[in-house]
Amino acid sequence: MINSERIVKIVLFLSSLLIILITAGMVLSLMNGSIPVFKEIGLRFIISSQWNPTEGSEEYGAMAFIAGTLMTSIIAIILCFPLAFSTSLFIGEYYKGTRIAKIVGTLVDMLAGIPSIVYGLWGFYVLRPLIVDLGLNAQGFGVFTAGVVLAIMIIPYATSISTEIIKMVSSDLKEAAYSLGATRREVILGVLIPNARSGIFTSFVLAFGRALGETMAVTMLIGNANIIPDSIFGAGNTMASVIANQFGEAEGLKLSALITIGLLLFVITGIINGIGKLIIKKFNS
Amino acid sequence: MPLTSTIFKKSKMKTYTFILATALFLVSCGNSSTDSKSGKNKSATVDLTAAGATFPLPFYNVAIKNYTNTTRQSITYGGVGSGGGIRSLKDKVVDFGATDAFLNQEKESEMPAKIVHIPTCIGAVVIAYNIPGIEGLRLSNANLQDIFMGNITSWNDDRIKATNPGISLPDLAVTVVQRSDGSGTTYIFSDFMSKISTTWEKQVGRGKSLKWPVGIGAKGNPGVAGTIKMTEGAVGYIGSEFAFAQKIPFAEVENSAGNYVLPTLESISAAAQGEIPGDTKVMLTCSSDPEAYPISGFTWIILYKEQNYNNRSQKQAEETVKFLSWLIEKDAQALAQQVHYAPLPEPTVAQARAILGSVVFDGQALLN
Repeated sequence: MINSERIVKIVLFLSSLLIILITAGMVLSLMNGSIPVFKEIGLRFIISSQWNPTEGSEEYGAMAFIAGTLMTSIIAIILCFPLAFSTSLFIGEYYKGTRIAKIVGTLVDMLAGIPSIVYGLWGFYVLRPLIVDLGLNAQGFGVFTAGVVLAIMIIPYATSISTEIIKMVSSDLKEAAYSLGATRREVILGVLIPNARSGIFTSFVLAFGRALGETMAVTMLIGNANIIPDSIFGAGNTMASVIANQFGEAEGLKLSALITIGLLLFVITGIINGIGKLIIKKFNS
Repeated sequence: MPLTSTIFKKSKMKTYTFILATALFLVSCGNSSTDSKSGKNKSATVDLTAAGATFPLPFYNVAIKNYTNTTRQSITYGGVGSGGGIRSLKDKVVDFGATDAFLNQEKESEMPAKIVHIPTCIGAVVIAYNIPGIEGLRLSNANLQDIFMGNITSWNDDRIKATNPGISLPDLAVTVVQRSDGSGTTYIFSDFMSKISTTWEKQVGRGKSLKWPVGIGAKGNPGVAGTIKMTEGAVGYIGSEFAFAQKIPFAEVENSAGNYVLPTLESISAAAQGEIPGDTKVMLTCSSDPEAYPISGFTWIILYKEQNYNNRSQKQAEETVKFLSWLIEKDAQALAQQVHYAPLPEPTVAQARAILGSVVFDGQALLN
């Protein structure tokens, strides 16, 4: 008995050690790769929006990509919130356990399984012409187009976690509220949401994180112009997308600039998760 | 109900032990990883690996397939981009690399040993456009400068009308489409633009990726072609091999002699008719030949002049040179034409043969 306990302990220890090794290794190699940028450009790299890879007049800055990343992700989360939240209420509370809820739940899970390139294709051939027809933008590429597709992509992440959280709210509490004469709407607003809000919030933080790093679909729709977008319909580029686009032919300082963007993306994701955790703590206290 | 774990609160001590162990492990394996890449196959059959430019990828794919079918020699070519090809050769993880832009003196001196460039075929960059109902568009050098610098914003601009007197151009916004990924196609295009326009040379310059004054980016030739097809008023540049295969409308471009030339295998091949330096390291843009299409360029395979490195066997070196010497000759060049690349002219083949002859193993020439 003691022996098997030990084996389990060792296996658990080793696997968690491995996770830490992998993460630390990634951070270390990103940091190592970004040394030339910090030596030659310094912290100006973060605030500069100039990106000129032409030899002789090389100049690199990440601000255009940071702006593009945040703009697309924020558009995505704003569009995603009402849909994902109401869907999770639908599945997790109003129609909990019914066949229609199961069908909707399965469909939402299926959305999560669609490869991002397929979303990109749909955006390219269906959404983009629609945006041109609506007159929002002459050629249809831009931050808004990318944001709409991102919103659809992150809905399943936010929805399925939120649904689980909503389902987990103790039915004793809800029944107690009903017995006091509360209506369904009052139960949701007064019992369900206050109890589930930290979990729901977490699901949207995770969805936001997913939007920050999404590459393929964004690259197909954002227009890949290495500038700060002039409006939400303007063309721009994101951090993940510029890395995917340019690493193949990159060398020297440019390669280092791309690696540094990777490091910054890592840091930004970390900061957003950190802020998320702080807010959750506030909710819980 | 926090989803976030509370594991970390349990014991801070254990966390620190983890991190310390992690750090120690990383430090200890940092040194050993660099010198363990050696040990290529030494047995009778060898596998050749190569990596590099995507521009000639369709040609290399069909050439390798044919070569493997007849000789049973296995060759793997990874289309990772010219930069990746150069890096792989520098790290000595491939038998040869491939690039669309030759390595200048400075870049060559950064390689660990002397390398040679072997031209394998000629490609071109076409100016593709999407103006509904319009065919046979001509673009002068001044038009190209104005379009790609963002000075012309509508297709019925007088400057374009002046070049195309017989065509009634619509009032349609110009959308410039460019490559968002680093690419040899962009390099050839920007080299041409720098030669025809000093404004371009000063403000944009040459490179595999550029700081564009105007336009939107799409990934790869398929991305640019798709975007142009889907966007009315779009204009952009695409590798000729792709444009020919896809039958996209492209413009006649003004060459050095002032003639308007449509890119064809003949006009592209004509770009290499002039004097080519012995090491073949030359850009073919703006060739002086009056028939030449001006946005043309060689693509090269690069390999070490001394093939005995990193424990490579003589067999490995022999098979490498054997394949490359087949690639530049008639049979393979005919395949190049099938996939829409212009073949090397005979004088260039002779030069490439001479360069391959200078490749050695332990000082002994490999080509006989």
